[in-house]
Amino acid sequence: MTFEDAQLTAVPHAERFASLKAAMPIVVFLVPAVLFLVVFLLYPLISSFQLSLLDWNGLGTGERFVGLDNWVRLAQDKLFWGALRNNLALAFFSVLFQIPIALLLAVVLDEASKGSRILKILYFLPLLMSSVALGVVFKNIYDPNFGPINAFLSAVHLDALVHDWLGDPRLALGSVIVVICWQNIPFYMVLFLAGLSSFPSELGEAARLDGASESTIFWRIKLPFLQGTVRTAITLAIVGSMRYFDLIFIMTDGGPEGSSELMATYMFRTVFSSFQLGYGSTVASAMFLIVILVAAITMRLTRRYETEV
Amino acid sequence: MNSSSTTVSSGKGRGSRLTRVSVPILGLFWLVVTTLPFIFVVMTSLKSRQETFTSPVWELPKKLNFENYIAVLHGGFWVYLRNSVFVLVLSIVLILLISSMAAYAFARLRFRLNKPLFGLVVAGMIVPIHITLIPIYLLTKNIGLYDTPFALIGPYVATALPISIFILTEFMRQIPKELEEAAKLDGCGAFGVFWKVFLPLSGPGLSTVAIYNGIGLWNEFIFAYLLTSSPANRTLPLAIWDFQGQYTANIPAILSVVTLTSLPLIIAYAFGQERIVKGMMAGALKG
Repeated sequence: MTFEDAQLTAVPHAERFASLKAAMPIVVFLVPAVLFLVVFLLYPLISSFQLSLLDWNGLGTGERFVGLDNWVRLAQDKLFWGALRNNLALAFFSVLFQIPIALLLAVVLDEASKGSRILKILYFLPLLMSSVALGVVFKNIYDPNFGPINAFLSAVHLDALVHDWLGDPRLALGSVIVVICWQNIPFYMVLFLAGLSSFPSELGEAARLDGASESTIFWRIKLPFLQGTVRTAITLAIVGSMRYFDLIFIMTDGGPEGSSELMATYMFRTVFSSFQLGYGSTVASAMFLIVILVAAITMRLTRRYETEV
Repeated sequence: MNSSSTTVSSGKGRGSRLTRVSVPILGLFWLVVTTLPFIFVVMTSLKSRQETFTSPVWELPKKLNFENYIAVLHGGFWVYLRNSVFVLVLSIVLILLISSMAAYAFARLRFRLNKPLFGLVVAGMIVPIHITLIPIYLLTKNIGLYDTPFALIGPYVATALPISIFILTEFMRQIPKELEEAAKLDGCGAFGVFWKVFLPLSGPGLSTVAIYNGIGLWNEFIFAYLLTSSPANRTLPLAIWDFQGQYTANIPAILSVVTLTSLPLIIAYAFGQERIVKGMMAGALKG
């Protein structure tokens, strides 16, 4: 690559413009991709920021330019900041639960030689499900009257633990986070398994001969070996949480009383239920900026961790 | 990926007693956690509506009751399936063609903007699709594609391109230059080299891209929900959504829709677990 670059800059001007014919393939090969990306990714991105300066219900020509009014409103919008707090909670609990459990399962599957293939195949099933399917299934599982969770709790006489899991503002977000973790843990598990598969087994053997226990081998040798993969996993979990939408939209729609609202569901409601297209675009644009910011901070922090270790 | 992990791990079987006991217990525990919801879905879908109200959820169905499945199959399921297949096939063909063309240009053609343009395309991966929803909704309405399966093609292809181009560019950079030179000596231009050398040799990369995007698009919800409205034009994930409104409080019927819509992918998975797992991990493992 670097060699090619050197060649690239070394090509004299005259030669580069020698024939337009040489430029033809470049244009033809790139135009379709550029066209799709500009129309359906770049234009919407720019358009979203433009729309954020309007007061518009999205119908007809009633739009009014209001400058930064929407952004000022956003800064004072308790619902938006509440949604952001929920996104951060989702990110926090995703990292807290998904990564350690996935790591544990990966180590377990890596240790268990027999039957681990069939386990891995079955563990992966949740990732094949669409979010609508999962959302609808778990809505039924959490159902206060007919759902298996409450039925089980009553059957073992733990009636004190029977709750309206999705209908109680204190529990709704947590209940959905459990499902999100359930679905995503196998993803990180496979990621860690791929990392472990390149772990040199002599390293473990040598440590074992020196009398190191399994837990020492894990904490002192395997975990440091996997730190790059763990870093990737943490970044993916955090960025994914900041832009999360599906299961919350399907299972609680941000409710009850906005207790499980995320930035993306709040944006969606603002636009497609309250018909505040301008303000909804402000929420969307702010979400974009926050996602970029969080991604940058996460990558910076995890990189620092890497150099310290 | 997996084959190497199993051969390596076979040498590690002898651990302490604690690991010998805890490994199977943890393995089985997570198996139960993973499969219980699936068992609940299939079991309940085979019950009668009455049964779900009168008998405990963990009781087996009194008799296998397929009437929900029959009702769903007669109630428009095939239309959703047809739309899903149509949208998937068209999107994947376009994604493969467009991203491999761009990848070839980035991997092999020399031009001044190669690196910055590639960086810009790859940066497209972090754009949350939700910021594009409002403008794409307006655009779709304006160009008259709203509530047609075609409305989904543009957003599906565009959101898939950054990662697909990234994966294929990395892949094509590995293809030996000698093969390219040989084709050029035979009189192939850039198009000939791409069509006769790069495309055939990129098989594994193309299959990864197809699986990764195929599964994501097959299950895609938000664009499909927003850009189509009538059952005649909607895809499978929306079947669950629409039936849910239609079958309120008929739990077995809703869960049989869930089973039917999830079945195609699970059948595909049964035939190619390794490739599907590898394909789905492509984004994380390469990026």
